[in-house]
Amino acid sequence: MRVAVASTGRTADSQLDSRFGRAPVFMVYDTETGEYQAVDNGMNLNSAQGAGIQTAQNIAATGAEAVIGANFGPKAVLVLQTASIRMYLCQSGTVAEAVEKFKAGELQELTAANVRSHW
Amino acid sequence: MRIAVASGKGGTGKTTVAVALAVSSGVPAQYVDCDVEEPNGSIFLKPAAGSTETVSVQVPEINEERCTSCGRCARFCRFNALVSLGTPPLVFPELCHSCGGCEIVCPADAITWKDVPVGEVSIGQDTRTGLRVIQGKLKVGSVLAPPVIKAAKAAASNLPLTILDSPPGTSCPVIEAVSGVDYVLLVTEPTPFGLHDLTLAVDTMEELGLPFSVVINRADEGDDRVENYCRENDIHVILRIPHSRRVAEVYSRGGTLVEALPELSRVFREIPGEIEGRLG
Repeated sequence: MRVAVASTGRTADSQLDSRFGRAPVFMVYDTETGEYQAVDNGMNLNSAQGAGIQTAQNIAATGAEAVIGANFGPKAVLVLQTASIRMYLCQSGTVAEAVEKFKAGELQELTAANVRSHW
Repeated sequence: MRIAVASGKGGTGKTTVAVALAVSSGVPAQYVDCDVEEPNGSIFLKPAAGSTETVSVQVPEINEERCTSCGRCARFCRFNALVSLGTPPLVFPELCHSCGGCEIVCPADAITWKDVPVGEVSIGQDTRTGLRVIQGKLKVGSVLAPPVIKAAKAAASNLPLTILDSPPGTSCPVIEAVSGVDYVLLVTEPTPFGLHDLTLAVDTMEELGLPFSVVINRADEGDDRVENYCRENDIHVILRIPHSRRVAEVYSRGGTLVEALPELSRVFREIPGEIEGRLG
């Protein structure tokens, strides 16, 4: 299965990005091959509105079944749930560390938004 | 004649100037509060209860029986108000700008429209002056100010003088408020913030091709940078309002500028005529 991680950079040792919709990169990890793929999310950095919605669509397009991030807003959560993508919380560390915690079952699953909507 | 009172910076005295202009005119006039996020002209004008109408915008509804989940509507939408994941689209009505594009690109005729209220427009009459008072008010939680401003302007009747009290800033609500007016008064104050935001407002008016003059409020305070800026850029200063404890006292009781400084009444009455002269 594929897991997308909100990242500040394009490598596995990049720090996590605390934002979901405006994270510049998602590192998509394949649990079968152990490989990472960097997916550019930069088009949403400057979008006036709906960055979380667009980002959720981008993640759905990667075929990821799970996503790791620090904060998820209500609109992003609705789109991710519609796409049957599970959300896991990880507040800090690197992408690789987050993936290890995910594989060890240490990350808390999110079932509702943990931050409010903003514009 | 339609005169909009705008500014870059908030709190410079737009409403103070707009109300003073409207009550001093001496001709049948109306005051339109286009500052729909925080309309406060009625604190000073005290209109008797009149009529109120709801302002709505249209947002798409998806007929899921007709929808083929092709996703064209979601790809078209620039505002991310529609999302399709191989499913009939999710709709986020608060992001929709009612452009109608989704309906045009839908090959299955699956998009219909429903009204969503975003605010209201009330029309009343100031009991003391007979002034017609129109107020747009954005609904709490709604972010679409321009449709409410447009509706408030549309409610204005054809009187000799219309004063539009604009929101602050230089973005969409301001553009909507000032578009189509004959003249704009930019209210500022002699402070670094006042100057900075005045330059933004001047750029906006020049971009829109609207003629304007500047009103300097609390003119004897602060520094002379606003005066210098106006002189260097050939910008007409139509009025300087003195800083006065008396104005603050009357204002704090809901009184108008011309009640505080009656000598300004004649000055404000002559402003529309002066603007007419400048327009030639």
